[in-house]
Amino acid sequence: MIAPFEPNAEGPLPPTEGQVSRGRLEHVLRSGRFAVTAELAPPDSALADDVYQRAHMFDGYVDGMNATDGSGAHCHMSSVAMCALLTNVGYSPVLQISCRDRNRIAIQGDVLGAAALGVANVLCLSGDGVQVGDHPEAKPVFDLDSMSLLETIRIMRDESRFLSGRPITTAPELFLGAAENPSAPPFDMRPHRLAKKIAAGAQFIQTQYVFDIEHLRQFMARSRDLGLLEKVFILPGVGPLASARTALWIRNNVPGIHIPDEIIKRLESAREPKLEGRKICVELIQQIREIEGVSGVHVMAYRQEEAVGEIIQQSGVLDGRVPWYPGCEVQSNSA
Amino acid sequence: MYKLRQWSVTHSRKLEAVYRNFEPLLIRLHPLFKKLGYGRLEKPVRLFEKTVKGLMFDCQMCGKCALSSTGMSCPMNCPKSIRNGPCGGVRLDGNCEVKPEMRCVWVEAWRGSQQMRDNQAIQQVQIPVNHLIKGSSSWLRVVRHEFAAQESEMTP
Repeated sequence: MIAPFEPNAEGPLPPTEGQVSRGRLEHVLRSGRFAVTAELAPPDSALADDVYQRAHMFDGYVDGMNATDGSGAHCHMSSVAMCALLTNVGYSPVLQISCRDRNRIAIQGDVLGAAALGVANVLCLSGDGVQVGDHPEAKPVFDLDSMSLLETIRIMRDESRFLSGRPITTAPELFLGAAENPSAPPFDMRPHRLAKKIAAGAQFIQTQYVFDIEHLRQFMARSRDLGLLEKVFILPGVGPLASARTALWIRNNVPGIHIPDEIIKRLESAREPKLEGRKICVELIQQIREIEGVSGVHVMAYRQEEAVGEIIQQSGVLDGRVPWYPGCEVQSNSA
Repeated sequence: MYKLRQWSVTHSRKLEAVYRNFEPLLIRLHPLFKKLGYGRLEKPVRLFEKTVKGLMFDCQMCGKCALSSTGMSCPMNCPKSIRNGPCGGVRLDGNCEVKPEMRCVWVEAWRGSQQMRDNQAIQQVQIPVNHLIKGSSSWLRVVRHEFAAQESEMTP
């Protein structure tokens, strides 16, 4: 069932089994294709065109784009507003909700509003602490956490009620996502935590940046042993590093991102570190694709959004498929 | 106290056993509590609970104690008050991303839970904190709940 705001260049496809949303991303994943999502950095402006220009860079390469919600605890255009602008022209955004800035009353209201605007996917996050952002003096809300947020939206969707029990007349049809980090301690607990997120309602997972492929392999193998891989679509996070200096800075200052020494050495000895960073990203995507249970990749190319298309193309993961984007029929006819 | 908090996680199995005996004792005291009046008891019990658990776990009196399912590591000490942790920002050394000098509350929770008899309790999804009962005695609530459940079973 493809709604008018979610047209698909490949023609009207029959609904896939178990589909809960009207979204393209869920459709691509359920039909067994390798999905690509990308992170869309929100602008620090009140201009809609700034959002469209950024989204336009991903045209023909992604099945969904994540509109971040005050990532890194920095203030930007809101995720709901970005999603509204994007769905308006037919894009398929993933609404990110962080628990840092809003309580359960605000969040549930946003969920209904977003679904009414045509949003089909939600990524539930706890969010970064306010201390790392540009307003460290702000009040951290954290009324819910990523797990109870998942459960809250699942209840709204499947039981047509708010957390308070009050009924919802038309439930939001949302494909529910969550994050995980295979590269953060306690390593033994991570697959169990994935199980908990699935129990709370997670249907897809977008991970933190994976640079250490061994961490991901172990995480996936243990998740398989727990029987989780059939229950959830996993999209590991990847991204290009601009230079050895950037990589070192991220490793030392951004908790939860582990960059192995070999990658830093490769960037150091490269004549063009930026190109090398993109090459490493392409290689990582290709390695990730080979891992059992992986359903796609999530590309987070911070300040290198223009490189996403090239990276996806070089990795070959789309197998010649061109994900739909607004206005693509005209272009694909002429090609 | 941070050191004592870590000791409690290290001895999670013993504390689990202590609580297993303590809870039935509390429940047995229900007739007495009822006679004295729960309302009147709330303040002194709350104070006592806050002192004991504050000392041992840095308890924040959320009103809905989860220690038995969090390896005796109080989740309310997480700077993001995550009740279903850990988040993705845990440092490689197992310390907190927000407070680098502190062990991640959930790394500790995992350590504690794995030593306990009920090592699966950590897999339960914890519902969000009820801010109406924040600061009240969790012990008295457990007893009242137990009896409310028993009474509703008895009345058809």
